Formats: sequence, C-alpha cells, structure tokens
Amino acid sequence: MNPSRRAEAVLLPLLVAAALLLAWHWAVIHTHTRIFPSPEKVARGVRELARRGVLFPYIGASLFRVGSGFLLATLLGVPLGSVMGRYRGAATALNPLVQVLRPISPLAWIPLAIVFFGVTNLSTIFLIFLASFFPIVVSTMNAVRAIPVIYLRAAQNFGFSGLALWARVILPAILPQLLTGLRLALGVAWLVVVAAEMIAVDSGLGYLILDARNAGKRYDLVVAGMLLIGVIGLALDVAMRRVERLRWLRWGFSGR
Amino acid sequence: MSAGAPKPLGRAKVKLAVHGVSMAYPAHDKPIQVLDKIDLDVREGEFVCIVGPSGCGKSTLLNIIGGFVQGTAGEVRIDGEAVTGPDRRRIFVFQERGVLPWLTVAENIGFGLYDLPPAERRARVANYVNLVGLRGFEDAYPQELSGGMKQRVEVARALAVDPDVLYLDEPFGALDSITRLTMRSELLRIWAAEKKTILFVTHDIEESVQLADRVAVMSARPGRIQKIVDVDLPHPRDLSDPRYLAIRDSIFEEIGIAHRV
Repeated sequence: MNPSRRAEAVLLPLLVAAALLLAWHWAVIHTHTRIFPSPEKVARGVRELARRGVLFPYIGASLFRVGSGFLLATLLGVPLGSVMGRYRGAATALNPLVQVLRPISPLAWIPLAIVFFGVTNLSTIFLIFLASFFPIVVSTMNAVRAIPVIYLRAAQNFGFSGLALWARVILPAILPQLLTGLRLALGVAWLVVVAAEMIAVDSGLGYLILDARNAGKRYDLVVAGMLLIGVIGLALDVAMRRVERLRWLRWGFSGR
Repeated sequence: MSAGAPKPLGRAKVKLAVHGVSMAYPAHDKPIQVLDKIDLDVREGEFVCIVGPSGCGKSTLLNIIGGFVQGTAGEVRIDGEAVTGPDRRRIFVFQERGVLPWLTVAENIGFGLYDLPPAERRARVANYVNLVGLRGFEDAYPQELSGGMKQRVEVARALAVDPDVLYLDEPFGALDSITRLTMRSELLRIWAAEKKTILFVTHDIEESVQLADRVAVMSARPGRIQKIVDVDLPHPRDLSDPRYLAIRDSIFEEIGIAHRV
C-alpha cells in the first residue's frame, strides 16, 4: 500500500466515526432523552469502570472464556474435521450429526449447559466451545477435501502415512484455508460471549451489560460494554489476519 | 565404448514388467474401457516413452504402474515383485504442480529424506540443488520460482531419495518451448549420470523421439500398445538426421496424424 492509501485507510474510518459520534451527541441533546446516554457519558462510564478496577478484569474474564472455548474447539475440531475430510466413511457417519447440531444456536444449549456444568465458568466455556466447534469441523473437512490429490500422492510416494502425513502435508496444505475458518469461528465465539455470560457468572463484558441493565438501568455502562465488545472483536479479527499474512503461509492467500 | 553410443540394453535385465493390465471405469450403462491388456517390459537403465493422443489412458497406465491406482486386470512387477502401492524406490514426478508450496526449495528437495541424519540430509540436498542448477535459490518458496525451476525442484526431490525408477507424467507439458528443450537435455544429462530406469509419458512425439531408447505408441481409447519403436540413435540426437526424421515420421503415421497436410 502506498502512503496516501494507508493514510486514507486510517483517516476515512476515523472521519465516519467522528461524524457518527457527532450525530449521536446531537441526537441525545436534541431529543432530551434521559435514558439513552451521550458519548461523553459513555466515556465517563468507561473511566468509572477503570477506576473501580473492573474494566481490565472483565475484559480478561471474557477473553479467557472465549480463548478457552475456542482453543478447545480447535483442538477437537481440527482433528475431527481432518478425519472427516480424509475418510469418506467417517464423513458419511458423522456429517449428518454435525449438520443437525450445527444450526442449533448455542443459546438453546444454556439450560443443558447449566444441567451439565452448573452455574460456573465451565458452562460459559462450553457454550463458546459449541459456537466455534461446528464451524471449525466443517471448514477443516472442506479444506482437507480440497487438498490437491497430487500432494497426497507425492507424500505417499515418499513413504508418508498416518500422523506424519497429517503433520507434514495435510496440516500445512490446509493451513491457509483453516486460518480463515478459525478467524470466522473466533468471530462467532466472541459474538456469543454476551449470551454465554448471561449464565450467572459475575464477571466479563456480557455480565457487565446485563448487570448494568438490571442493577440500576445504567445505559451508559450498557453502551460502554457494547463498544468494548466491538473494539475487541475488531482487534481479534485484525490479529488473525496478521497471522494469515506470515510468509510461509502466504502461498495460500496469493491472488486475494 | 565411446560416449553416447547406444547401450547394449538387450542384455540388461527386465526391471519392470507390465502384464495384461486393463482398466475400466464404472459408468451408467456399461463400464468405460480405458486400458486394454497392456504388456510392456522395461529394462534396467532404459529410457522408455509412452506416447499417445490425449485421453488414450497413458497417464492412467503410469498411475497404475506407480501403484496409485489399481487396475481392473493384470499386474505390474518390478524386479519380479508385484506392485501393490507407491514405493520410495520408484518416484513419480508430476508436472511442477507436485512441488509443495509451503516448503522452500531446499525443504522440498529434502522432503523424502526424513530418515537421514541432519548433516547427511543437508549434504544430499546441496548435491541435488547443484545438480539441477538451483544454487542460490535454496531458501526461495515455489511461488517465487518459474515453472522450469519448479520442475527442477521436483526432479531433484525425486532423485534425492536415490530411486531405481522414475516415472514422469508429461513433466514438461506446462513449460514454454525453450525451457522444455533445456529441461530435456538436462534430464538426459541426469539420466546418464544417475543411471535410473525412466518411464516417461508424453503426447509430444518429437519429445519422445528426442529422449527415449524405445517409444511405446498407444492407440486411442481403449488404450493398447500399438507398436514399440526402437530409437537406436546416440545422444545428443541430431534433429535433422534422416534416421531421426524417419523414426519420428513413422510414429506420426502410426498414430494416424496426417501431419504433412
């Protein structure tokens, strides 16, 4: 990207954000609303959270839950998807089950999560796991199926099979596509953090939003929580895109 | 014996024997017969080209010989042993698409050397990097290379594991014509130096006559070996030699292309 393009990429979104903030500010003043907070009130709310010493612990708690659920989903979903992509029998046996479970919103699992794990962190992590597990399985399976047969034949020819074949050929071959799948799955995981924290945990950004609403109608803190979730979601996405750009991965993304 | 004189292959032992290999793919009404009772013997150290029109099944035949595909009838024996699957002693060279894009040139060439100690592996890789003229490109990734260079990587990767037999499936088909000529003479140089048995599939009659000791001409589908032509000419071959032209023309006629029209 040349320098003027880069400046554009930073300045244009900032301009839009500034315009929206102004419009928001103006709308609050003009409508004399007492419920909906102005941008300054939201900013004060964030400072208040920091002063009370809960801002970073809440962010940390949400990131920990999403991180654990997502990591677990990756550790189980990638091997399962690999097996389903490689062996027709496994896909025939398991794919219908995956396709039935996949469209069920993780929110529908809340009652069962509480039955399984009680009102604990584990329930929340389980819900986030569910939200990201199925997309990871499906994207891994599709990526394995899309490996050019020529790579697999070359590997077999040189004597690779089993785990060595997976580690040296299948995994690197799917990595570019897999990382895109993981990035989308992480997005979904982060998306459900609010709902997952509806289970009476006592920390996290989702908890912050519900608690602020229930305990005193603090809409400034509600909006603060929403914005924090949005900004952190963006940061996660940008970080994952950075990983996709590493030199030894770039082959799979050239032409995009 | 002077360099370049035809080798007395008649006395070399049979390395690879194809007996009655047929292949049919299931289809809606009746199976499609792709190969029909192929017989072919290749002697140790021999360079044999299989040439035929596209769709004649020559690639399928090579894949069966390589152990990647099971034929519907017949058998392939190497050193008297039936082929049941791919084997590190016999390496299949694809068009340059077989180079693994996530590995560097050196890593690709060392791909099959996982059971060597690191020092020995590095030495082997360096040797074959030199042999195929890629010094200075060891750390380059395939997408930074030209088609011809990628093809060299594949050939080097195959040679590095020191196989007895090389199978090449239209290896130069995707290269431009000048690179193709260079690669042919490189392959002949390597063949002379490394003494491998080579089975080379191509649709290019000129290429087969320039390279092979013998050319197996395949018919249109269902593929049969229509004729085996001896190319009893020393390397490097003079492409204006009347004997070369006569052999080439006889193959053109055999395939039934009226190329003089």
